[in-house]
Amino acid sequence: MTTPLAVGTLAVGASEHRPLIISLFGAFVVATLFITVWAGRQTRGAADFYAGGRQFTGFQNGLAISGDYMSAASFLGIAGAIALFGYDGFLYSIGFLVAWLVALLLVAEPLRNSGRYTMGDVLAYRMRQRPVRTAAGVSTIVVSIFYLLAQMAGAGVLVSLLLGITSDGGKVGIVALVGVLMIVYVTIGGMKGTTWVQMVKAVLLIAGALLLTLLVMWKFNFNVSELLGKAAENSGKGTSFLEPGLKYGKTAETKLDFVSLGLALVLGTAGLPHILIRFYTVPTAKAARKSVNWAIGIIGAFYLMTIALGFGAAALLDRADIIASNPAGNTAAPLLAQELGGGPDSTGGAILLAVISAVAFATILAVVAGLTLASSSSFAHDLYVNVIRRGKASETEEVRAARWATVVIGAVAIGLGALARDMNVAGLVALAFAVAASANLPTILYSLFWKRFTTTGALWSIYGGLISAVGLVLFSPVVSGKPTSMFKNVDFYWFPLENPGLISIPLAFLLGWLGTVLSKEPADPQKYAELEVRSLTGAGAH
Amino acid sequence: MTTEAAPPPGGADTRPASPGAEQFAAVQQSPEFGELRKAHRSFAFPLTVAFIAWYLLYVLLSNYAGGFMGAKVFGNINVALVLGLGQFATTFLIAWLYSRHAARALDPKAQALKSRLEAGE
Repeated sequence: MTTPLAVGTLAVGASEHRPLIISLFGAFVVATLFITVWAGRQTRGAADFYAGGRQFTGFQNGLAISGDYMSAASFLGIAGAIALFGYDGFLYSIGFLVAWLVALLLVAEPLRNSGRYTMGDVLAYRMRQRPVRTAAGVSTIVVSIFYLLAQMAGAGVLVSLLLGITSDGGKVGIVALVGVLMIVYVTIGGMKGTTWVQMVKAVLLIAGALLLTLLVMWKFNFNVSELLGKAAENSGKGTSFLEPGLKYGKTAETKLDFVSLGLALVLGTAGLPHILIRFYTVPTAKAARKSVNWAIGIIGAFYLMTIALGFGAAALLDRADIIASNPAGNTAAPLLAQELGGGPDSTGGAILLAVISAVAFATILAVVAGLTLASSSSFAHDLYVNVIRRGKASETEEVRAARWATVVIGAVAIGLGALARDMNVAGLVALAFAVAASANLPTILYSLFWKRFTTTGALWSIYGGLISAVGLVLFSPVVSGKPTSMFKNVDFYWFPLENPGLISIPLAFLLGWLGTVLSKEPADPQKYAELEVRSLTGAGAH
Repeated sequence: MTTEAAPPPGGADTRPASPGAEQFAAVQQSPEFGELRKAHRSFAFPLTVAFIAWYLLYVLLSNYAGGFMGAKVFGNINVALVLGLGQFATTFLIAWLYSRHAARALDPKAQALKSRLEAGE
């Protein structure tokens, strides 16, 4: 999710494989469009559009959460990072998984019990509605757009790479195609359609990863030590390939940056709006708990398989070939599939490459749809209905606003994705996690568990976290001053870390506390009684 | 929910009659609710501190204790990999422990209070 998806230079796969890849992509698109239209026919009111009618089971939602969470960068990015940097790449897998415990122990059930459609429902529950809803809506949209931007840029780079499209016009076309598909999924299918698309994608991704894992392990007699030994030898780095530090251990600053990234990863997940709204698709808090447990199992199994994928690629492929195909290693998993199928010139290699590429494409589409739904829901429910219309919009008007918001956000994402197609998207996704951990998580936790928390505290924490996280990245080497920056030719950076989490997360917690202590209006004890009782018992839940 | 966010009429959500503010306040002050709150917090809070500390320890060891992390345990398996897999194991373990605790100690209490509130006592 936060590994680099930089621009590649060489197309994977000979041109004769392209018809196969395109037909598999096409098959996935047609199948998901069928699901979308079918789901759209059953989508009537707001609860259907935002929450899929709240009728999914814990297992179904767990599968859908896994589909929403494991983005293309998780599959291709982590495999690539391990293939190039060995053990340091695996550290991503760990952070992404452990983060789920915050959601399980503290957030999922209370959120399900006390909210309706969006994260803002819970943040604004005890507070003055309009300012806090505005803050929650802005923060949801900012986090989702950063995440979306990264996925769109990755989609453009990756799909054009796999299909061998190298012209600028072709890449813009691919980004636009992904954007239009996602608008169709979300506007027609709503949460129900999107959830089914996530489930299909999760099954495909797990099956694809499992197939590659079994093929790799079979080559090494199911002996992990043998696999690691060959990977270390083939990487040219020796045993240091299996130890921490190859990527982050260079200087004191990169080490600090790693701590910052680690903090953002573990605290970011429970503040990601597109993950939080998934808890509303099940009927009860108990089902929400079950869905997180399933997600932990599925995501954990997947991240364990990244060991075989990443070290397998390092052991079986030529390092120079991986880098030549994509400097950030993002095509390592498809290349590994090609190798396991029998090599570049074999039919088996072509088929396996096509299958794994289609899985990657499905992954991107599904994640992008989930993100768009989260931001358009928040726009319609938090900003349009509760702020602009002061709660006086009809349900039909609300859903119509959500659909229009989807089209606008989709168009914005296409525009930004087309502009950002040559950017390194690592900073963008890590920023999405850091912003979520700074702007959203402190207020969620304070709202649920701290009686004295006030509107002023919430506003200070949300805006303070949002502005400090985004601001620090603006003045970090992600944006300017280094060869890997977005703007290579200017230099206005003064903040040394790429990830702002180490500063912005504690700051947002501090501001929430400070704003509360200095607040002129005290917290409303009755509202807290209502929220606390509802969040723990589920009484009066929607 | 507040009046500003009142559900629109004819919504697809079917929900029981929402209890009033006095009822929520009364339940919040009740000893049964105090027990539920304590059963949740005394389990979830220390465990959260523990797994975040264990995760950060692991991150810091990766950064600053390269020699220790690189030590071979058997074959090509080193301490770093064993501890990394340990993070997976503790995550699965904590998820299981919490779910067991919730099913035993939280769900029955929550259900009793919910029924009481929705019966309008």
